[in-house]
Amino acid sequence: MPAAFPAAPSASFVLDALDWRLLDEFQRDFPLDAQPWARIGERLGLGADAVLARLTRLQALGCIARVGPVFAPKRAGASLLAALAVAPQRLAEVAAIVSAQPEVNHNYEREPAGLDFNLWFVLTAADAAALDAAIARIESATGLTVMRLPLEREYHIDLGFRLHGGRP
Amino acid sequence: MNPPRLPEASRATPAGAWRQALIAAVQDGLPLVPEPFAALAATLGCDEAEVRAGLAALLADGTVRRLGVVVRHRELGFAANAMVVWDVPDTRVDALGAQLAAEPAVTLCYRRPRVPPHWPYNLFCMIHGHDRAAVLAELAAIVGRHGLGELPHRPLFSRQRFKQRGARYLDRGAPS
Repeated sequence: MPAAFPAAPSASFVLDALDWRLLDEFQRDFPLDAQPWARIGERLGLGADAVLARLTRLQALGCIARVGPVFAPKRAGASLLAALAVAPQRLAEVAAIVSAQPEVNHNYEREPAGLDFNLWFVLTAADAAALDAAIARIESATGLTVMRLPLEREYHIDLGFRLHGGRP
Repeated sequence: MNPPRLPEASRATPAGAWRQALIAAVQDGLPLVPEPFAALAATLGCDEAEVRAGLAALLADGTVRRLGVVVRHRELGFAANAMVVWDVPDTRVDALGAQLAAEPAVTLCYRRPRVPPHWPYNLFCMIHGHDRAAVLAELAAIVGRHGLGELPHRPLFSRQRFKQRGARYLDRGAPS
């Protein structure tokens, strides 16, 4: 058996080689079969119950966001990258307002690197009007102007995130 | 073999509404239960083969880019990520976008509008790594390989993550 190795230097859990294969090799082409866990297990030498137990643990540990779809931008609805320039002393307050909007999926502080914009967030909704309404709520609640950066062109084909067994 | 189609004939529900209901049912992920498609079918009021056919159709028409495990990088030891923003001449941006997208370290690459006077950058790519030094080393290698030293660009490293979840296009009535 390959030796187990930690996920991250600070992580309090250990993933074994089969966990890493589950994370790395099943990011696409999920079996559209009535018994998908059994189909996955056939490739790993595991039973359906063991696959399900491992995925449940990985999700509980936070290693997996979900087992499910990644939607193409612009196909399932409308999306928008947006940014705010927030004074450091207001960051927590403004970030909480942004995160509270149901349209917001991702909300990160980023180093401004000499620019003003330090709070970056992504919104998705059924249509552009719903995005506009969410932006208007954020601007009204924060008194700040949101910079909108809609997607014009996508160059990358998302094939998943290669983990290479977690090793650099 | 016929291309997959959304099932619709067996029900009074219009195809568009059924498609939206399916997207709403799966956007937060498949239920981790022994028969996930049967569980989804129970909530949608159809049979499980229709759920599988419906997902195949969403994949075939490009609505769903991929279906499978969606990992969280940070928890898996990829602690650093930088959104690298570039100010690229309009005549060159598409060619460079394609080149950056082909770089193994680049996980996303998009063209977005400049917002003068505050924001001159029109090309965005994401680089993940185990730590900041690894991301900067990848960026330096990319700059070197493509001769981009003269191009204005900045790596915007993530600090605090306030919220991260899957894209949700339809309101299920339950804020996260």
